[in-house]
Amino acid sequence: MRRREFLTMPAKSLGGLLLYTLAGEPVRVQAQDGTVRVPLRFFTADEARVVAAACERIFPSDENGPGATETGVVIYIDRQLAGPYGRDRYRYTKGPFVESVPEHGYQGQANPREIYREGIRLLGDFADLPAAQQDERLQAIEQTVFFQMLRAHTIEGMFSDPMHGGNAGLIGWQLIGFPGPVMSYRDEIDRYHGLPWRPKPKSLEQVTRRRVKGWEEEVD
Amino acid sequence: MRRLKPVDVVIVGGGWTGLLMAKEITSRTALSVVVLERGPARKTEDYATTMDELDYAIRLRLMQNIAEETVTHRHSSADRAGPIRQHGSFLPGTGVGGAGEHWNGISYRFLPDVFTLATHWREKYGRAPLPEELAVEDWGVTYEELEPCYWRAEQMMGVSGKAGNLRGRLIEGGNVFEGPRSQEYPTPPLKSSYLSTLFRKAALDLGYHPYPAPAANLSESYTNPDGISRPGCAYCGYCERFGCMIGAKAQPTNTLLPVLARKKNFTLRTGCWARRVTHRDGRAEGVVYVGPAGEEVLQPAQTVVLASWTLNNTRLLLLSGIGEPYDAASGKGTLGKNLTHQVGAGAQVFLDKPLNAFMGSGSLGVAFADLDGDRALDRSSGVLRGGHFQTGSTGNRPIATFGATPPGEAESNWGAAWKKAALAWRDKVAGVGFSGEHLSYRQNYMDLDPTYTDKHGDRLLRLTLDWTEHERRQAAYGGGILAELAKALGPKAINLSPPLGRYTVTRYQGTHIQGGVIMGGSPERSVVNPYLQHWRTPNLWVVGASAFPQNGSGNPTLTVLALTYRAADAFVDRYSKRPGALL
Repeated sequence: MRRREFLTMPAKSLGGLLLYTLAGEPVRVQAQDGTVRVPLRFFTADEARVVAAACERIFPSDENGPGATETGVVIYIDRQLAGPYGRDRYRYTKGPFVESVPEHGYQGQANPREIYREGIRLLGDFADLPAAQQDERLQAIEQTVFFQMLRAHTIEGMFSDPMHGGNAGLIGWQLIGFPGPVMSYRDEIDRYHGLPWRPKPKSLEQVTRRRVKGWEEEVD
Repeated sequence: MRRLKPVDVVIVGGGWTGLLMAKEITSRTALSVVVLERGPARKTEDYATTMDELDYAIRLRLMQNIAEETVTHRHSSADRAGPIRQHGSFLPGTGVGGAGEHWNGISYRFLPDVFTLATHWREKYGRAPLPEELAVEDWGVTYEELEPCYWRAEQMMGVSGKAGNLRGRLIEGGNVFEGPRSQEYPTPPLKSSYLSTLFRKAALDLGYHPYPAPAANLSESYTNPDGISRPGCAYCGYCERFGCMIGAKAQPTNTLLPVLARKKNFTLRTGCWARRVTHRDGRAEGVVYVGPAGEEVLQPAQTVVLASWTLNNTRLLLLSGIGEPYDAASGKGTLGKNLTHQVGAGAQVFLDKPLNAFMGSGSLGVAFADLDGDRALDRSSGVLRGGHFQTGSTGNRPIATFGATPPGEAESNWGAAWKKAALAWRDKVAGVGFSGEHLSYRQNYMDLDPTYTDKHGDRLLRLTLDWTEHERRQAAYGGGILAELAKALGPKAINLSPPLGRYTVTRYQGTHIQGGVIMGGSPERSVVNPYLQHWRTPNLWVVGASAFPQNGSGNPTLTVLALTYRAADAFVDRYSKRPGALL
């Protein structure tokens, strides 16, 4: 049994989080003063700090809008790694593992959990560096499998349905004007030609009025 | 091994082809039919809660679990193959409905000369030599013979579109380059998105003949000849990689399964993984499969139908030792040859107005076929076959599409400068594409991998496949037209796809994999006859795009369904009355 680890964040930085516990119970965390403690499933608190800091450089919070911190990307990544994806349940992992041509993609043995653990180790004291030095460190590893995964996961955490732990308060979707899943555009598809249609986004749960579980909740 | 009571027909695969064969046979004969599907049951009601990009479009929850079985790939016979460890260039489906659940619904017919390409070239070029590595063949069926089956497939799905050639009469606004059609489409075209409107105007300005892409996503409610009613499309934009939550997109589960559910002589078994076709003395005896509880089962049958998608049809025959595996060095053998994919090129066009590109439908789009086939080509271009050009409003979702920036605008694809540029261009990026025929070659084929195995220890299928100079010229030719087209859209910037390099398994290029069990006019050059009956084992039928000797420029599903109707007719009208070789 792993020790319970928590990610402690300033509450005002969060857009309002809908989280699920390991038991699948929804917990809504609203923006407030003080700090919130989010239970972690995979990362240690120190690891989560490093990953959160790196995601913030990939998709920063700045004058152009919120970024990885406000949307809770690190929580999204934590849940993905804790689930079947993190253990490579859906990748062909039979050997032999042989270096191949680039056209065959990633052929390594390490699963996403292991790739993160190694990547985080290499980032070292990353969370405590000034932003410019953080960027340099990320530039140095841009071509690694770890960084490419981290970049992809940051975008996933920004823009996936909040049931997966990111896109808190739907602010990722608000940022880009994505309405979320909408059951019908029959009346809009041929009317809004060249004009933006930007309703307030809704999550899958709000649209279907049903509790939907992400694949990461699958237990095996 | 548990041995079950014999049935008349056992079908491997519960997707479009397997269920269509089952529907025709159980509706028109008293034969007992069992369909074996290794994935789970699926139904329309399940899909309302699956409008989730992450799980379905990124993690690919409807696809085959590649951890259990994949294929290996190498570029040439001289290379060592590596396993495709994660889905990439194509996406095999699983579960009832197969890839027919997660498709886009695009339903082009192939050009008439595709079916007789070898003959066509002899007529066009006479004795002038073609590249000798080409393995192009006639299909053994002509467009005219297939036309009634195309029409039945269109009626079954209720395809929405506009005819451009009705019995030889050309009609503006439809595809005037298509083969003659006996009937207008069952339903009118889908609505026009903003991008469709822009593309149509640009194509017309350049002198092309744009037409609405034919869609198995209904434009209005429709009842097909089997009495199956489906509603019109809601343009929600969740087609590709998703099942349709309202049944507007034709899928095996909403179009064929409701008919089959009423048949007493039909049985569907899910969770059943076929491993071998047993056979003796040129006769198939049944199918050995692993059932849901992990038990080995033999299902004896009078007739075996393989309908398990291109790759698995080929692999099951190889694993079962039925037919002569193709040997690329000597050119001997037929099983596994003529592997083809799809040649493509694309361009991102950065526009000044928002597209609301999250609205759409899997086949909502506009195409033109002025440069399809080889009518507009001469030998000096170095391009033997062209393709069609199109744009699609298939429903952009943010994880897959966020981040596009014009060339040179952001140094990197992360960080503050990239974020700023990506936000500025969000929802203003249009995609236009070229889809070309992939010709068949002697050196592109399938056999069994010597090293890697699936979860049962069976050898994986090995693809030997690479692009040749011809496909690179095709893609460059398509890219040149796309650049003109992009300019005609009045863009702020254009990003053309890079030149075609070597074949890569990492980038999605379409789930259009063809060949391996090809049809044709003689057992020396093909595996199945023009009715998709195995030449050497007449009580074995192999349906699907595995039968294509080479592909057309359009998406293959409609042609697959038309061939399946033709196979079913031959099965019901002739074979079921007098089992044996039809030819």
